[in-house]
Amino acid sequence: MARARTPADLVGAQAGPPFEITFDGRPVPALPGQSVAAALWAADILAWRTTRVGGRPRGAFCGIGQCYDCLATVNGSPNRRACLVPARPGDAITTQEGHGHEPLGV
Amino acid sequence: MSPSASEPAPRSADCAEPSGLYDLAVIGAGSAGLAGAVTAAELGLSVALLDSSSGTGGQFYRHPVPATGALRPEALHHDWAAYAGLRRRLEASAVTHLGGHHVWTVAREGGAEDGRLGGTRGGPDVSRDGRQDRSGGGERPWTVHAVTGADGCAERPVRVRARAVLLATGAYERQLPFPGWTLPGVVGAGGAQAMLKSGLVLPGKRVVVAGSGPLLLAVASSLAAAGARVPAVVEASGYLGYARHPRVLAANPHKLAEAVLHGSALLRHRVRLRTRSAVTEVHGRDRVEAVTVTRLDRDWRPLPGTARRIACDALAVGHGLVPQIELATTLGCATRATPDRATALVLDEQQRTSVPDLWAAGETGGIGGAQLARVEGEVAGLAIASRLGGRPARPARVRELQRRRDRMRAFADAMAAAHAPGSAWSRWLTDDTDVCRCEEVTAGSIRTAVADLGARDARTVKLFTRAGMGWCQGRMCGAGVACLAAGAGPVAAPAERRPLAVPVPLGALASLDEPSGEPSGGPGGGSSARPAEGPPMTHG
Repeated sequence: MARARTPADLVGAQAGPPFEITFDGRPVPALPGQSVAAALWAADILAWRTTRVGGRPRGAFCGIGQCYDCLATVNGSPNRRACLVPARPGDAITTQEGHGHEPLGV
Repeated sequence: MSPSASEPAPRSADCAEPSGLYDLAVIGAGSAGLAGAVTAAELGLSVALLDSSSGTGGQFYRHPVPATGALRPEALHHDWAAYAGLRRRLEASAVTHLGGHHVWTVAREGGAEDGRLGGTRGGPDVSRDGRQDRSGGGERPWTVHAVTGADGCAERPVRVRARAVLLATGAYERQLPFPGWTLPGVVGAGGAQAMLKSGLVLPGKRVVVAGSGPLLLAVASSLAAAGARVPAVVEASGYLGYARHPRVLAANPHKLAEAVLHGSALLRHRVRLRTRSAVTEVHGRDRVEAVTVTRLDRDWRPLPGTARRIACDALAVGHGLVPQIELATTLGCATRATPDRATALVLDEQQRTSVPDLWAAGETGGIGGAQLARVEGEVAGLAIASRLGGRPARPARVRELQRRRDRMRAFADAMAAAHAPGSAWSRWLTDDTDVCRCEEVTAGSIRTAVADLGARDARTVKLFTRAGMGWCQGRMCGAGVACLAAGAGPVAAPAERRPLAVPVPLGALASLDEPSGEPSGGPGGGSSARPAEGPPMTHG
């Protein structure tokens, strides 16, 4: 197969029009059918979590729901696996800091 | 209601309530699970097919969801026709497909499983000769417990009852740590491919592919085909290991054809293959900017003075695959060490585990690829139909499949041996390298636990350092921790018992005490019970 410009070209994707989600308040386009992690990768965002001990940035690693590195806060709900959760119009993704328990008040 | 082999259970997912008893529950809708489910259903069994993904295909045939409008999903695959055939048979069958179902445990009704007390064959109630009374009596059905939703966070717990269970849960990637592997832009090689296949995205524009195993070639060629530049594929082993098995190679020409396919794709995209080399360091502040590639000796010890820097904005890395078998090990299934020092299920010629009425197929029995998984799934489907139906199902076909399976298993063993991690790989680590990504436990603290505190195995290291105690429960760091714990001695199999295979909302656990009937709804809030062996984690 010849080199395609993009993955979407390669598979002949003809998705519906992109919709918008936000990442820490900033608008990010997403295509129908993409996971939250895929939409963020497409916008060149590779990190959306900081670690509990070192405060280091993390994003998707295993891509199949095994590593839990891609945990994000989605519409206020922490600890969602961004590589599995489909993006929906208007979703507010926010960086999950540390243990992700803030909304639980513990 | 207790539908028998000739009286299929209702196919609507809404009817998958505890009162319905299926003949067979298949866990995993990849190549092995699909083949097993359609084979059994075509022989008249009532079958429920559960998968955490909403679709079918597993990781190998992972593909964009229909909403992406992909006209050519096959462009990211070879052998797509095999999957298309299985999908057609599934659609024509009465199989109840339960997508978005994350199975967290499997239990024998009426108490502890036979296997839990030692993994031996046979139990007081269960005959293995397939000729016992099928009306109930001695058989204790299985209950498969799942939570629903895209990432299992959702909505309701589900219980599926079945007389037999086929585990087709596949594999995940083995990772070995190295300095900088936690930096954003470092992704699993299989992870990069998974995100590409389903999300149509790349982790960067210039992606080095590294690690060990044949998956690297497939990943590199699909990333390049999708528009990434791949400056190098870095393979820690050589390919000469395969040459030690000439008869196995000759018996598996399709595998050579695959290698040629990937090899020519790499040539076309001008991807350089460096064997006996590893990425030993990743550079960058908040994301990948470059990697250092170092040549290795036969034991994967870095050779001084051979380091070279390659500029890139992403690294896709993995060191082979490991069977995903926690549901089986919790039930006490016997396991074996594979030639690349992973742990796989012991299976007999009919794909039976050591626990009665529990079958497994595909990567759960050792990494062997999608084609082998399809064959094993069909063997299992035929064997289960025979067991529940009381008479042999298609014996000639079974013999043919078993011959093909043995041939492909031999290749899988040769492949595993050729790419087994070298004993000196941990020389890549500096003391401040994070080994456990979840708990941020460094190689230095693990070495201290081993050298000063006397830890000799991964479990003891975990107790001293929390390595393997976080969200992923050691799936990412298990191989690394076990190697460091072994020191100069032989590497013991990591402790892989995970009583809960996925995180479960507390509401789902609480509802287990409710009278069986409609599964209760509601996740009971956002908190999760953790699949931990110790006290619940407090940091999530």
